[in-house]
Amino acid sequence: MAEVKGILGRKLGMTQVFDEHGRAVPVTLIEAGPCRVVQVKTPERDGYHAIQLSFGDVKRVNKPVAGHYAKAGVEPRRHLVELRLDEPGEHGPGSEIRADVFGPGEIVDVIGVTKGKGFAGGMKRHNFRGLSASHGTQRKHRSPGSIGACATPARVFKGTRMAGHLGHRRVTTLNLTVVQADPQRNLLLIKGAVPGPRGGLVMVRSSVRARRRERRAS
Amino acid sequence: MNPTDVVERSYLRDDVPDFAPGDTVRVHVRVVEGERERIQVFEGIVIRRRGSRLSETFTVRKVSFGVGVERTFPLHSPMIARIEVVTRGRVRRAKLYYLRDRVGKKARVRERREA
Repeated sequence: MAEVKGILGRKLGMTQVFDEHGRAVPVTLIEAGPCRVVQVKTPERDGYHAIQLSFGDVKRVNKPVAGHYAKAGVEPRRHLVELRLDEPGEHGPGSEIRADVFGPGEIVDVIGVTKGKGFAGGMKRHNFRGLSASHGTQRKHRSPGSIGACATPARVFKGTRMAGHLGHRRVTTLNLTVVQADPQRNLLLIKGAVPGPRGGLVMVRSSVRARRRERRAS
Repeated sequence: MNPTDVVERSYLRDDVPDFAPGDTVRVHVRVVEGERERIQVFEGIVIRRRGSRLSETFTVRKVSFGVGVERTFPLHSPMIARIEVVTRGRVRRAKLYYLRDRVGKKARVRERREA
């Protein structure tokens, strides 16, 4: 089975490129890596396989964090993110991962933190329709309407969709295609949109769905 | 500089002539039929240009066998072999949608004479 691959990056923005048939393809630019492996986790010591990746510039580090990086012989970076592996990986502590871990056509998942929208009503948060614009509706045009029955059950069910905080949560977009990988400029071009604002931290890793299909096939 | 420029630059064409809405252009389009590739010419009046940089597009309108035909091309598309400006038109707006409602002699655009 193919190894799980991953890299950390920064979302730069979207644009479009033309493919070999001359069709315009929407792409997201990601400044990917270079990432260094800071720690390797093993089942004996930690209970599972994983590698810890670092990315981004940092101004100041405290001593415990500096020590953690020094152990791997790596410059301190801003972000540390773990990449779960199925089996022992080929990367040891200190090894470098660049954008060329992925090639054009590869299927990946992209993980990011979505843009925060603050406290949002039912229409924006759950795509409710709101109430009528006319026919006597007063000051309730964007309200959610009924949230339950009456004396039975005499309460609102848990999990009823209501207004609340929207966005700023970790989201994984599955099954995106890598269009181009450029290790010289540390760039990844990924077809389609990716969670998060421009400048936000994203993680690109091998698609879980593609790996599952592979497992079923073998 | 926009961070997406580094990628866009390699896709931008440098052979785009200067043209504007109202101009009559001849667009040489690459058409792939199975294995063969040939050039098809689409000639008409530019009725709109929109977008910027790599995503800029333009729309060409012509009347073919009595039927109005409009095609929208990405300005930087590699499927365009060449763009030829036939005549310059004198128009007073950027989007010439009013041409759609006109037929015959009224659907013409006055030619611009360079002073």
